[in-house]
Amino acid sequence: MARHFVSTTINGDEVEFACQPGQTLLEVLRTELGMTGTKNGCGSGDCGACTVIVNDRPVNACLVLGVELEGADIETNEGMAKGNQLHPLQQKFLDHAALQCGICTPGILNMAKALLAKNPDPTESEVRYGLAGNLCRCTGYDKIVRAVLDAAKEMRVNN
Amino acid sequence: MINDNSKTNFQWVGKRTRRPDGVDKVTGRARYGDDMSMPGMLHCKVLRSPHAHARIISIDTSKATALKGVKGVLTSAEIPDHPLSKPPYAPIINDMHDISRNVMARDKVFYDGHAVAAVAATSERIAKAALKLIDVKYEILPHVLDPIEAVHPDAPILHEDQFTYLGGKTSEKPSNLFRSSVGERGDLEKGFSEADIIVERDFSSAPVHQGYIEPLACVATTSEDGCVELWTTTQGHFVIRALCAGLLNIELAKVRVTASEIGGGFGGKNTIYGEPIAIRLSQMTGRPVRMVMSRTEVFRASGPTVGSRTHVKMGVKTDGTITAAEAETWYQAGAFKGAPTGRAVETYFSAYTIANAKATVHDVCVNRPKVAAYRAPGAPMAAFAAEAVINELAGRIGMDPVDFRLKNAVTEGDQSLGGSVYGSIGLIEVLNQTKNHPHYSAPLGPNQGRGLALGYWMHGGGLSSVSSHLLDDGTVTVATGNPDIGGSRSSMRVMAAEELGIDIELIKPIVADTGSMGYSHLTAGSRTTFATGWAVVNSIREIIGKLCALAAKKWEIDVADVSWEAGQAVSTKSGDSIKPLTLKELAGMATKMGGAIAGHSEINAGGAGAAFCLQLVDVEVDPETGFVIAKRHTVIQDVGRAISPDYVEGQMQGGAVQGIGWALNEEYVYDDQGRLQNTGFLDYRMPVASDVPMIDTVLVEVPNPNHPYGVRGVGEPTLVSAPAAVANAVENAIGQQMSSLPLSPPTVLKACGQVQNAAE
Amino acid sequence: MTDLRYESPKTTEAAVALLADGGQMARVFAGGTDLLVQMHEEMIEPTLLVDIKNIQETREISFEPDFVRIGAAVTGAELGENDKLVAMWPGVVEAVELIGSYQVQGRATIAGNLCNASPAADSVPAMIAAKAIVCIAGPNGAREIPVEQMPVSPGKTSLSQGEFVTSILLPNRPDRAGDAYLRFIPRTEMDIAVVGVGVSVAINADGTCASALLALGAVSATAKLVGAASNILVGKKLDDNVLEALAAAASDACSPIDDKRGTIEFRTKVAGVLACRAAKIAWQRAENN
Repeated sequence: MARHFVSTTINGDEVEFACQPGQTLLEVLRTELGMTGTKNGCGSGDCGACTVIVNDRPVNACLVLGVELEGADIETNEGMAKGNQLHPLQQKFLDHAALQCGICTPGILNMAKALLAKNPDPTESEVRYGLAGNLCRCTGYDKIVRAVLDAAKEMRVNN
Repeated sequence: MINDNSKTNFQWVGKRTRRPDGVDKVTGRARYGDDMSMPGMLHCKVLRSPHAHARIISIDTSKATALKGVKGVLTSAEIPDHPLSKPPYAPIINDMHDISRNVMARDKVFYDGHAVAAVAATSERIAKAALKLIDVKYEILPHVLDPIEAVHPDAPILHEDQFTYLGGKTSEKPSNLFRSSVGERGDLEKGFSEADIIVERDFSSAPVHQGYIEPLACVATTSEDGCVELWTTTQGHFVIRALCAGLLNIELAKVRVTASEIGGGFGGKNTIYGEPIAIRLSQMTGRPVRMVMSRTEVFRASGPTVGSRTHVKMGVKTDGTITAAEAETWYQAGAFKGAPTGRAVETYFSAYTIANAKATVHDVCVNRPKVAAYRAPGAPMAAFAAEAVINELAGRIGMDPVDFRLKNAVTEGDQSLGGSVYGSIGLIEVLNQTKNHPHYSAPLGPNQGRGLALGYWMHGGGLSSVSSHLLDDGTVTVATGNPDIGGSRSSMRVMAAEELGIDIELIKPIVADTGSMGYSHLTAGSRTTFATGWAVVNSIREIIGKLCALAAKKWEIDVADVSWEAGQAVSTKSGDSIKPLTLKELAGMATKMGGAIAGHSEINAGGAGAAFCLQLVDVEVDPETGFVIAKRHTVIQDVGRAISPDYVEGQMQGGAVQGIGWALNEEYVYDDQGRLQNTGFLDYRMPVASDVPMIDTVLVEVPNPNHPYGVRGVGEPTLVSAPAAVANAVENAIGQQMSSLPLSPPTVLKACGQVQNAAE
Repeated sequence: MTDLRYESPKTTEAAVALLADGGQMARVFAGGTDLLVQMHEEMIEPTLLVDIKNIQETREISFEPDFVRIGAAVTGAELGENDKLVAMWPGVVEAVELIGSYQVQGRATIAGNLCNASPAADSVPAMIAAKAIVCIAGPNGAREIPVEQMPVSPGKTSLSQGEFVTSILLPNRPDRAGDAYLRFIPRTEMDIAVVGVGVSVAINADGTCASALLALGAVSATAKLVGAASNILVGKKLDDNVLEALAAAASDACSPIDDKRGTIEFRTKVAGVLACRAAKIAWQRAENN
């Protein structure tokens, strides 16, 4: 099968990869690029574990093809921290114990980041509906929602 | 060793501390089952039966073997068989005869999704294409899914060599009923004759899945000298080692298992599925083999809980004394025996002193995947039934449901139906806290109802090994053998720091592989903080002993005159001017004065603390559509002592939300051919963030005297009472009994309609 | 194992040529939120993916004299961000915005939702109530059809080989008119509609109904217009008798199945309930315009 060469920016770095037409972004990240921070929970867009940000939009990486990403700007969980400096969301998730097994965490962090970029002062309900596409089985969502609201507050203060 | 649980001014225990593995998990660095890659790695895919029950007539793998890129193909011929186990049938879940057949079907397939053959190829795509080239001929047989139908004389029999075990003998004919567990006391007939009111009800619950977000995944590497290295997502890599080695007839020492980080387990990752297949294919091909289940495969082929059918009868006097209680439950074990019948017996009516009681629980095979544990296996469905009747009895005699439970509450010295004698327990405290909680008396809005239920779990201790090492610079590594599902490394560190009197940042907890550590049983049954934590404490106390001896040697005094206080060795001789030695100073001296200092502990912990959990749930029902949503939820639980309160709360909240899903929308849906219809998260409906409210938690601490820090398990009771509490809330919202889980909208709407019809 | 080809044409003509020659297993690829799922579940194995997202006109929302034109590759998220469109057809937009999660919204398209032809597609009842028109390009030229003529049976549309949807037209909504879409799902999000109802109404100066359209989804093989609804509403105010008749008409129009998402009895009853609720919302919006 013919391979396509695709040039993208991933977490601020120029990255070129080769992929087959049927390979999703999720497969490209994990298998071609060895970036396992984006997780595979279902492969069909129902769990949100593979949420990444493409051209400023949160999407399920399992429902995007590698071949269509020429020139795209991709953000994954691995690029969320700036050097050693954790993003406020990452920090608040640790402070609030908003993760237990952690498998849903990369996807939720990306989704939360995208949510707050669009709506810096969300209500609890807006956070819950915003995260409805991200399944968590461990935490019951309580501490996740608190962490996002607290991060939002800190990010508003800092801006 | 006497545990002094009166101390409460801890330096670390009970404080909200940072977990040591947290940073890796928020940065995508942590490595789970599918995050391991080896050079030359092959990818394995499994061919699965499309039939619920069939005989395998033939399997032709020749075309698959010939496909370019395929390196190995296997069927059950490459998986060793093991003889039938013999009475008295100890740990059934480790029955090699059954496990061999569940891993790969032999002459019959027993469920839609049962593994039939497997391929290892250079890519997943090629492996999947190869599966399509495997030709399996089946003789389809009638199937059965309901456990009561399955014991009917005309029911299709799954195993011709399975007979009902009746205590010294077996049944004459093969049966889907493997055995029944019974617990009883007193005289039921007498008890019911003393009752003023008797309630009898039937209940059913659909099977549900643990719903872990990370699918099962492993990588197996083997070498020509017969050694195996396995990387797998599991709750117990020592058990995985034992099962793989036992199944494949390999010496234990030759199998080295490393537990990856685990993306959820809840009991579902306590056993083997793909690991033996990956190992065998690796042996056959000489290359590492990766085997990852898709989400669909997880639902079709990994073990969920039992579904249940229950009959409960209870009698009460008008003064509130429960005089008799009886339960008979039929559990769907799935394709092979092993429903958690004994544990269900243990938990039935466990909170109540009832002089005359009996629970009978049947283990019945049906054409579904073999069940695995799910967070207090056997208990939530039992509580759903029993607590519904308890609530009804309270209503009938006009007694407050908490007062009713207080009146009949067990205390220390009472016994469960399974024979456990309760030690120091916090049931009364939990019930009293409930009455005083603002949720209990908060007003309800229209179409809202409040539900209440109590849950119990006995928890486990068991085998844990720990190895702790003091390093030259005064830092410490604590190695355990328990995968960290929800923050246990944090609690290990906290307990070690508390013992040593040093900062937690100086302690590094790790999970060691099976080659580096003594046997540790599963991270399950909430045994880790209890048993492994205890072993950690033991290992640190051994280190402290050696540090005191070292100080004594340095000071040339008797070791009896040295004690450990706040991170230092101090001389207790009166009138002495010896300056204390810090941990760091002593650590720096150790290797020059005798050798490296380490402590280890291999224990079989007993005395796990039983715990009770009460849940209050408010729901709102839309009477025109049957839509139900939880509006307020409070979990009040005896947690012994919360070593890491953040994570104890997290356990309580997570269990509560799993319970909401179990009560309202989760179930397996089959077509009339016994094929699973909802094989993904779209139609297996688990709660999403907008489905649930904040979950309030009340941590009642009645320390368990058997543990150095008073630890009780917390993970299980929180799920046990959740579905029952939600169901009770719906009952109260619509004024109609709800006896069948899940309470999905069609079921609720029908009940609302019945209420309306009754009113008209 | 068939090889998959991916093409990304820049013009409608190029796309048509690719699809016409692409054989039975060529597929249009826009958001991929149905297509990629079906490929993942091995329900289909396409041989050619024709990505239309680089055809400029499929990405645009444009307000023309009599219509608003929504390009086939406009995502749900983009629809929701267009204030003018939201004000004009809130029901259509809210229908599309109910599809999946925010992550899915960033990719899913209204045209894709239509062409996937699921009986439960959220956008279709709302589009039928809005009298949407589908613009199609093909080897025999361009054509336009009313939206209800698109779905033929579950998974099948009336498109022929080589044709694809380039845009969807919504007529300018007159004054004193409003629309709404409601669906029933067991959770609060992330489910496929068990019942879907799209309603649009226009109100006379005297407060009676001038025109009304009500369409149901997920209760028959394809979304359908409930003809009786118009008769019940036109000339009347929205009182309890009218609502009761509307509910009955909606329930009568159902021919649902029992499946893992709902029973016949349940769908039939809830269709009536949602018809009333959606009608009330559409009416309220009409009064406010």
